[in-house]
Amino acid sequence: MSAALEIDGLSVAYGKVEALHRATLRVNEGAIATVIGPNGAGKSTLLAAIMGLLPSKGILRYAGALLDGSSTEERVARGMCLVPERRELFAELSVHDNLLLGAFHRRGDGARALAADFAEVYARFPRLKERSGQLAGTLSGGERQMLALGRALMAKPRLLLLDEPSLGLAPRVVRETFHIIADLKRTGVSMLLVEQNARAALQVADYAYVLEVGDIVLEGPAAELAGNPRVVETYLGLSSAAR
Amino acid sequence: MNADIFLWLVQDGVTNGAIYALLALALLLVFAVTRVIFVPQGEFITYAALSLSLLEAGRTPGTIYILAVGGLAAAAIDGYAALRERAWRRLPRIAALYIVLPLAIAFLVAWAAPRKLDQWIQVLLVLAMVVPLGPIVYRIAFQPLANASVLVLFIVSMAVHYILSGLSLVFFGGEGLRSSPFWDARFKLGVVEISAQSLFVVAASLLLIVGLWLLFEHSIYGKALRATAINRVGARLVGIPTALTGQLSFLLAAFIGAVSGILISSITTLYYDTGFLIGLKGFVGAILGGMASYPLAAAGALVLGLLESFSSFWASAFKEVIVFTSIIPMLVWLSLRSRHVEEDEE
Amino acid sequence: MIGARAALVLFTAFLAAAPFFLSEFYVTLMNYIGLSTLVALGLVLLTGVAGLMSFGQQAFVGVGAYTSAVLAVHYGASPWIGLAAGLALTGLIAVGLGVITVRLSGHYLPLSTIAWGISVYFLFGNLEMLNKHDGVGGLPPVAIAGWKLDTGRESYVLIWLVVLAALLAARNLLDSRSGRAVRALRFRATMAESFGIDTARLKLVIFLYAALLAGLSGWLYAHFTRYVSPGAFTVNMGIEYLFMAVVGGASQVWGAVIGASLLTLLKEWLKDILPTFFESSGNYEVIVFGLLMLPLLHRARDGLMPVLARLGRAGRRAPARVVTADPLPRRAGPAAGTPLLALAGVQKNFGGLAAVRALSFDMRAGEILGLIGPNGAGKSTAFNLVTGVLPSDAGEIRFCGGRIDALPARRIARLGIARTFQHVNLVGAMSVLENVAIGAHLRGAKGSVRAMLRLDRDEERRLLHEAAKQVERVGLTAHLNDASASLPLGQQRLVEIARALAADPVLLLLDEPAAGLRFQEKQALAALLRRLRSEGMSILLVEHDMDFVMGLVERLVVMDFGEKIAEGLPRDIQANAVVIEAYLGGIEEDAP
Repeated sequence: MSAALEIDGLSVAYGKVEALHRATLRVNEGAIATVIGPNGAGKSTLLAAIMGLLPSKGILRYAGALLDGSSTEERVARGMCLVPERRELFAELSVHDNLLLGAFHRRGDGARALAADFAEVYARFPRLKERSGQLAGTLSGGERQMLALGRALMAKPRLLLLDEPSLGLAPRVVRETFHIIADLKRTGVSMLLVEQNARAALQVADYAYVLEVGDIVLEGPAAELAGNPRVVETYLGLSSAAR
Repeated sequence: MNADIFLWLVQDGVTNGAIYALLALALLLVFAVTRVIFVPQGEFITYAALSLSLLEAGRTPGTIYILAVGGLAAAAIDGYAALRERAWRRLPRIAALYIVLPLAIAFLVAWAAPRKLDQWIQVLLVLAMVVPLGPIVYRIAFQPLANASVLVLFIVSMAVHYILSGLSLVFFGGEGLRSSPFWDARFKLGVVEISAQSLFVVAASLLLIVGLWLLFEHSIYGKALRATAINRVGARLVGIPTALTGQLSFLLAAFIGAVSGILISSITTLYYDTGFLIGLKGFVGAILGGMASYPLAAAGALVLGLLESFSSFWASAFKEVIVFTSIIPMLVWLSLRSRHVEEDEE
Repeated sequence: MIGARAALVLFTAFLAAAPFFLSEFYVTLMNYIGLSTLVALGLVLLTGVAGLMSFGQQAFVGVGAYTSAVLAVHYGASPWIGLAAGLALTGLIAVGLGVITVRLSGHYLPLSTIAWGISVYFLFGNLEMLNKHDGVGGLPPVAIAGWKLDTGRESYVLIWLVVLAALLAARNLLDSRSGRAVRALRFRATMAESFGIDTARLKLVIFLYAALLAGLSGWLYAHFTRYVSPGAFTVNMGIEYLFMAVVGGASQVWGAVIGASLLTLLKEWLKDILPTFFESSGNYEVIVFGLLMLPLLHRARDGLMPVLARLGRAGRRAPARVVTADPLPRRAGPAAGTPLLALAGVQKNFGGLAAVRALSFDMRAGEILGLIGPNGAGKSTAFNLVTGVLPSDAGEIRFCGGRIDALPARRIARLGIARTFQHVNLVGAMSVLENVAIGAHLRGAKGSVRAMLRLDRDEERRLLHEAAKQVERVGLTAHLNDASASLPLGQQRLVEIARALAADPVLLLLDEPAAGLRFQEKQALAALLRRLRSEGMSILLVEHDMDFVMGLVERLVVMDFGEKIAEGLPRDIQANAVVIEAYLGGIEEDAP
């Protein structure tokens, strides 16, 4: 199977402190890979480096081509898209304008293509349609997450990077979010999912990596990892108590 | 003071205030998008006003040398970056934008200057000379430091101010210049006589403000600028190139500076360093408006114009002192409101 | 290669010998360098160290100069009276300006100082009393015990003695209790407040000191040139003073000398050669200054001093030896089991969203209480409310019986609450020892003036001794003199804890201390926390890592969506259905 994203020996350092140490992983075309691990393990750093938001050392290959030296906006134009942990919405712009800017790199595509994409996103998130004129800053936590996902979909990504999509969401919204992730996979989008909700992540993903203090310490098919005693003990946390 | 003088002062204040408002808007925009406190905006006023006066006199303004050399410097920096990244495809565009275009404008102006063309054509020539300086200045001075702190960018601003004001003296000399008004008429409105030039300035400012509003509300580039100002990381994530938004905001700043200079050139005599003070008054206006909202900044600038005009009547020697200390009450108010602890990003 | 000490000796020898071999012209130039150094030194402290920026120092120079000039010429007062009056007036204005600007964001101060500089320039040029643009002439020279300093060479002695004294005082200041606080201002103001440092007041002190140095320079200038006019106090002078600080290296005291020398000499040289290029005369050197500043700011933002220091190894400081000293007095803590911390109905909203909602819990002295919950549950916000980093919107927080919810962070620190930060909040360029000593800030009392005069040495020894003790407690003695930024994350977290311990707290608040730690490091941390509890310390622990918390705490409070959803003993919490739902997100029922 061809790889949407291949990472080989990727390191990121803040000053002299290394936040990511020679990470090696891949996301297969049309598949979901997940990276789980505790807070501070370097998960968000990994995604930021993949998007070119942080300088990194090592090899990054997207759809077979090397990414080194290309800027974040070039990566976006080539079909990569990150939904960050902090959502990074444009709080003082309307929901509609947030979505519109999601398609910024496709500004040459013409009004008709955009209208179709708007219709698709609004169909997926009817809540956003109701609130399309409202400022993004006035949305609730769940709605913000929908808008962040919606904005990403407007970019028509081929590789979607999701950073803690379930963060701070009510269980019902978390369920919805993971439905959408599974749904997106069916449309052929490859995904790299970073989650602290290890159980949900392992259910939805095909392949999983465990990141601890900057190092990838475990990897394997998601279903296998979900049964790995060490993962159960450490990352499925309470399940040992709930047994 | 009688009603005539009062109304005359109001007219004078509103005219100046309208220009300060334009400047304040541009300064706020540049600050919000690039975090640059763009002190040298005032130099664009000088360049435009003095270039226009020189063109009227049939002389070639030195602005064209600044434009041509600045373009070459920007081309060298951009070209070097492109060569290092082996991005050959960018080279033709760099050459067109930073070498061919500035040189073409320079030759055009050199050709047109002695011919003393129509005033409107001269205005267009001035805009063509001054506006590209905005993106060129951004490319050379600020783009390499896009991630630096506000304070470092402030020092860079001052260095740019030094360069541009020094060049201003070289090319325009120390003498004051004034251009002829666009429109000489005066209207009687009740007891007060209004000069057409004032009306013209106010109308042009209003038109530009509406134009800016339309740009920000209804064009994808305007929205991209606002988005960058609101959330830089978010803007990068949707693929808005920060270099482009920086250049765009500097283009607007240079445009507004140039228009202000053109408008003001027939109202007062300008010297090589007058623009600096006018530009700073734009900042004072923006601070009076709290340095955050565009309408408040415009209102603050208008108040400043009136304050200036009335203080020039009552205490003309201390006009500048009053204008520049007027920010103190605003600072006190802002200071009382602020509670959080300020710290720099590293 | 020469060491820092040798460089200093050479510099002083040069200064002492200079008046004997330099021509009158160069002595005058040296005088101007000295005068500029004083102003630039103020800016080094203000801009480079404290992160404040002023383009209005020339106005303070002017106030110092004009005050003495007017008093001497119009009223026949001695220059010494002029000095006192000039400094008093400068100080008064600086405090007034500072009070209204130091609390505001970084860009307000430079903008306001430009405005103030312009105002003062026009004021000088239009006041009848100051002879308008013509200026005031015929000033008397300074006289010391009958010795009139009326030549350039004599003024040289006075000017450079003052400069040397100011440089030493500034160096002493930076190497002291107040100095450590000042060095934390720029990037770590929140942390500084959490250890009781009044950052606004400290910024004001630095602004005042910089203004006084400028005023002093103005006084020296006035009585050296015997003539004062507005032309010497233009906005451009203000900009050039700042350029001097930047060129020299805005974070190093000696950078002021280098910057002032380079720019003064360069300006003199340019004034000689530039007019040959241009037909007319004018201050064309500004173009060259601007053109030189750009690459400097692009390539060497920290100025030339660090570059020179690397060349001459002057940047490496000899490791501070820890001397034994009398221990600092300890705080009498509450008896174990007495009520310590109580939250009742605490609320915090961010733009309409409740981050913390009606949160209530109690904590007793001597226990370790864990505050846990999924990411984004509001734990850190709750933490920031208790420590006063954020103001709460409603509810009551009591500590040892007294209400603390309306107090700012530095007042809460005074009561005996010390904290660590989730995102490590150390001053990277400072050593581990110095970072930890910031924690003990409130246990010292000697201020800036005593520090400059080195009257703080006894207290300083005791503070550093205490800091070293805490570093030893967390097992980092081997790294005592390493820059904190050079340590791996796990050890930086331990430095955070040592710093909190140096405050001699009653209650220790730890915000995710185990995040980013390796397994062995977590074990060591748990052992440390157990040891602290056995010594009677009360600890409130915010954690995400369940395993780490379970074996350590007496009781747990669980938060989700800003609310407390459970409270109790670890084993009860582990079996609590609501908690499991919150942690697992409950996606089982209908997951794909």
